[in-house]
Amino acid sequence: MPQNTGTEDTKRRLIVGPFNRVEGDLEVRLEIADGAVSAAYVNSPLFRGFERILEGRDPLDALVVAPRICGICSVSQSHAAALALAGIQGLTVPRNGLLATNLMTATENIADHLTHFHLFFMPDFARSAYADRPWFDRAEARFKAAQGTSVRRAMAARTELFHILGLMGGKWPHTLTLQPGGVARAVDARDRVRLLAIVGAFRRFLETSLFGAPLDAVLDLAAPEDLDRWRTAGPEGDFRLFLEIAEDLELPRLGRAYDHFLSHGAYPSPDGGHLYRRGVFADGRDAAYDPGEVAEHHRFSRMAGQDRPHAPFVGSTVPDGTDEEGYTWCKAPRLSGRPFETGAIARQLIDGHPLVRALVARDGANVHSRVVARLLEKARTTRAMEQWLRGLDLAGPWCVQGGMPDTAQSIGLTEAARGALGHWLRVEHGRIAGYQIIAPTTWNFSPRDLDGVPGPLEQALVGAPVRPGEASPLSVQHIVRSFDPCMVCTVH
Amino acid sequence: MRDRPLSVLWLQSGGCGGCTMSLLCAESPDLLTVLEAANIRLLWHPSLSEETGAEAVALFDRILSGAEPLDVLCVEGSLLRGPNGTGRFHVLAGTGRPTIDWVRALAAMAGHVVAVGTCAAYGGITAAGENITDACGLQYDGARRGGALGGEFRTRSGLPVINVAGCPTHPNWVTETLMLLAEDTLASGDLDVYQRPRFYADHLVHHGCPRNEYYEYKASAEKPSDLGCLMEHMGCLGTQAHADCNTRLWNGEGSCTRGGYACINCTAPGFEEPGHPFQQTPKFAGIPIGLPTDMPKAWFVALASLAKAATPERVRRNAAADRIVVPPTVRNTNKS
Repeated sequence: MPQNTGTEDTKRRLIVGPFNRVEGDLEVRLEIADGAVSAAYVNSPLFRGFERILEGRDPLDALVVAPRICGICSVSQSHAAALALAGIQGLTVPRNGLLATNLMTATENIADHLTHFHLFFMPDFARSAYADRPWFDRAEARFKAAQGTSVRRAMAARTELFHILGLMGGKWPHTLTLQPGGVARAVDARDRVRLLAIVGAFRRFLETSLFGAPLDAVLDLAAPEDLDRWRTAGPEGDFRLFLEIAEDLELPRLGRAYDHFLSHGAYPSPDGGHLYRRGVFADGRDAAYDPGEVAEHHRFSRMAGQDRPHAPFVGSTVPDGTDEEGYTWCKAPRLSGRPFETGAIARQLIDGHPLVRALVARDGANVHSRVVARLLEKARTTRAMEQWLRGLDLAGPWCVQGGMPDTAQSIGLTEAARGALGHWLRVEHGRIAGYQIIAPTTWNFSPRDLDGVPGPLEQALVGAPVRPGEASPLSVQHIVRSFDPCMVCTVH
Repeated sequence: MRDRPLSVLWLQSGGCGGCTMSLLCAESPDLLTVLEAANIRLLWHPSLSEETGAEAVALFDRILSGAEPLDVLCVEGSLLRGPNGTGRFHVLAGTGRPTIDWVRALAAMAGHVVAVGTCAAYGGITAAGENITDACGLQYDGARRGGALGGEFRTRSGLPVINVAGCPTHPNWVTETLMLLAEDTLASGDLDVYQRPRFYADHLVHHGCPRNEYYEYKASAEKPSDLGCLMEHMGCLGTQAHADCNTRLWNGEGSCTRGGYACINCTAPGFEEPGHPFQQTPKFAGIPIGLPTDMPKAWFVALASLAKAATPERVRRNAAADRIVVPPTVRNTNKS
């Protein structure tokens, strides 16, 4: 534990929690000096042990167990498991299976972006602490928690959007439709037009409520000046309101971490590659992603094996409830020994979105650019869903079968709404011998590593302004929520 | 009529949050409208409320002091007793106190306690395998009474814990339970042997399953995406699972069997450890071990073999396809 060395006036410590409007339970310990955060320690206070629950089971049971890690990234967890199993079984998913899977993961990811913006992130600007700001009346009317007009409209749009998963996946969360060889439910001609209607209704919500403009206008945004024009003279949607708030509160100056980015690549294409490219971006350069360079550090996790890095295929999950040095159940994944940030901003940056590239070049990843990247992605993915639906071949196959080898290992890499998700699966004697999961928020909210280097959120919080007397500093809430954390995935 | 809204506090413990995510999908009417119409007030909910950190803890303290009356405590997620009985696998953030302790203290102040989801009811998926976190439900440890509050626990209302089991719960199982509590019309006789509301637990998932014709003839699916009955080979427990999934439907027009996969009986205690791979039906001498509810084995065997022999070609072929390859014959009903 760090010691409080300052005087009462200039230095203090705060423990913030329960941190709601994030998925799951989160506690942040802050050291504050001279009106700003000087150090942050992120604690994921819930341990359930899914990696241990999976060990010893029939490999296909992962399709039932893994989605239940998380109620908000359930389909992504399911997808990562199906990919790892497909690798082990040597299956190639047919075109329809691939497109149907994309439609299902995209539905969850877009819905999660919506939940994040309307239910989790924006209500903080409707707090009475901002009552003196010029935009407050509009923020309060639209985004007051559980009451605002936009909050309610978004909940209705989300509910309708999830009809895609009702139709294609039986229910949400926790579908079993995604299988290693494709999907367990075919789409017929009637389903396809019904699904197009649902996506069309969602597009309409985006165009009338969130953006207030045709999706094409959002897709055309390419430079920071375009964004400035939208803020000063754009249509009266929630997007513009956010841009106004961000400018007034200087959100681009809040919450910058290391600007190392990772994306596993989202939405595989039948012709190879992904809709959003796989890769890393660090030190201002693009590079290929090598999962062999990933290791988890337990140095400040309440886990056995604190003295060395653990490659996921030989990783372990042995919690130590008596450990005093560890301050979280979360492990610290590192790529080539360094912390990485993941999420929509990483996906869009690595994919080369010109606006996101320019925003990151100017101010890095921050509260403003993370949220902008998510909103841009919502528009891009919605358009892709329409294209996938038009590309289905209703006469073609949806699922292929294969045997289960006795011994094999494979990685399932996908993108949840919050970023890079990986399942490292090892099968021996026909059973699961090892199952290690690294989730997006494991990357983003990791604790310090073997070198004492803080995780991305811990770094992003340093310098956050704290007003006198604030018990749950607003700047800290904006920064934490800008990552859209999923705490149940984080530790699992 | 109540003189004030039904007050509800919602806590999340050792679960995935999926029951909340499902609840937010309530429709016709939507969640917030249902709550308003039924005069239900959320004191605090992790996903919906503005209050965070110290503001939320202050509310919990007001409830414990009696200053804030608590009508319903909803708990989502299993209760973690480990390690070594300390509960420290889940300390409620910002409080230093294990969540299981908070739940016990708050439950003592509540008019009703509702376990939302199979985790909170019986332990659920978090209690699977070796159960290293020593996870349990509020009033059950698997199928055994006990759990975090103990088998004898009763709330101020006199009711035991109400187990809205399911993994996840259907949004309207939760909203309808709360509406019944708001008008004070849920009695102990309205709960089944596992304390599940009978309005959904007196049904079987089999009821309304669109694969019923395949079931009748034991025309079975053999691989994912086949249209046939999922009971014989694919692990489906719909004929034994207590829930109205195929008559109520999920996210518009869904259900597990409509989504192409087996019912895994997720409303039951112990569903997480079926003793066989989830997607495979265990058999003895070629006959599924788990028979349909209330069906004598000899009759099942006799009817199954007769039905198999009588299977129409259409049903047999469609059962092993991912789309209808043989449509039902259209009879000419005009007498000419």
